[in-house]
Amino acid sequence: MASHDDDTPDSMTIIAFSGDLDKLWPTFILSSTGAASGMDVTVFFTFWGLFPLVKDDVRITGYDAMTKALAGMNAPGMKKAKLSKLNMGGSGAWMMRKVAEKNKLAPPEELFEMCQEMGVNLWPCQMTMDLLGIEPAQMVDGLGEPVGAATALQKMAKSDINLFI
Amino acid sequence: MPEAAKVVDAKGQSCPMPVLMTAKGIKEIQAGEIMLVEATDNGARSDIPAWATQTGNELVESEEADGVMKFYIRKK
Repeated sequence: MASHDDDTPDSMTIIAFSGDLDKLWPTFILSSTGAASGMDVTVFFTFWGLFPLVKDDVRITGYDAMTKALAGMNAPGMKKAKLSKLNMGGSGAWMMRKVAEKNKLAPPEELFEMCQEMGVNLWPCQMTMDLLGIEPAQMVDGLGEPVGAATALQKMAKSDINLFI
Repeated sequence: MPEAAKVVDAKGQSCPMPVLMTAKGIKEIQAGEIMLVEATDNGARSDIPAWATQTGNELVESEEADGVMKFYIRKK
C-alpha cells in the first residue's frame, strides 16, 4: 500500500485504455491538474488508448491486413478520436468539440501539451505497440520510453491514486 | 488588498486551466510573495483553494464581485 503523509508528495497513475475523445478529457484534466498540484503523475497508454498518441498525419498503422484493418476502423490520431457513445460517424465527436470550445474547455490536444509541460510521465505500452504495429516514429514527441505491465504495476503499487479510464 | 507581485488572469478559462495557470504563475514569484489569480469559472471557487491546500501555498484572501473571483496566494 502506498504511504501517505505530509512529507511525501501524492502520486497518481492512470491507465488510459479507451482512447475515446470523451475519456481523453478526464484523463488529461486529472493528470495535468495532479502534476500542477505537485503530484507525481504517470499515464500508461495501453490498447485503444495508444491510438491518440499516433501523430495526426499518420493515416494508418499496422504490419499486416488485420492490424491495418483495425487501425482503419479506429483511426489513429487525437484529432480523429471518437466519442464513447453517440459518435454517429464522427458528428457526435464534432459536436462535443464545438460544445467544449463554446464553454472554453480546452481541447484534448491542448491539455495533452499541458500534461507534457507539467511533467506528467506519458508511458506507451510496449506490448500494444508490438501487437498493433505502432512504430515509435509514428507517435507524438515528448513521450516516455515504452514500458510493460511490470513497470506500470510497480508505479501503481507506489501510487496513492490509481485510475483505469 | 495585499500587494500582488504577479497577476494571473484566468478569466473566461474553464477547468482545469485556472489551476494550471496558477501552478505556472507561482513558479515565477519568490517565496513569501503574493500572487493574485482572477477567475470566472465556477469550478475555480473550490479548485483554487484545493490547489493551495495540496501544494502548501497559503490562500491569504479571496473575494468575489461581478462574477470575478479573486484569490490572493502567498508562495511558501
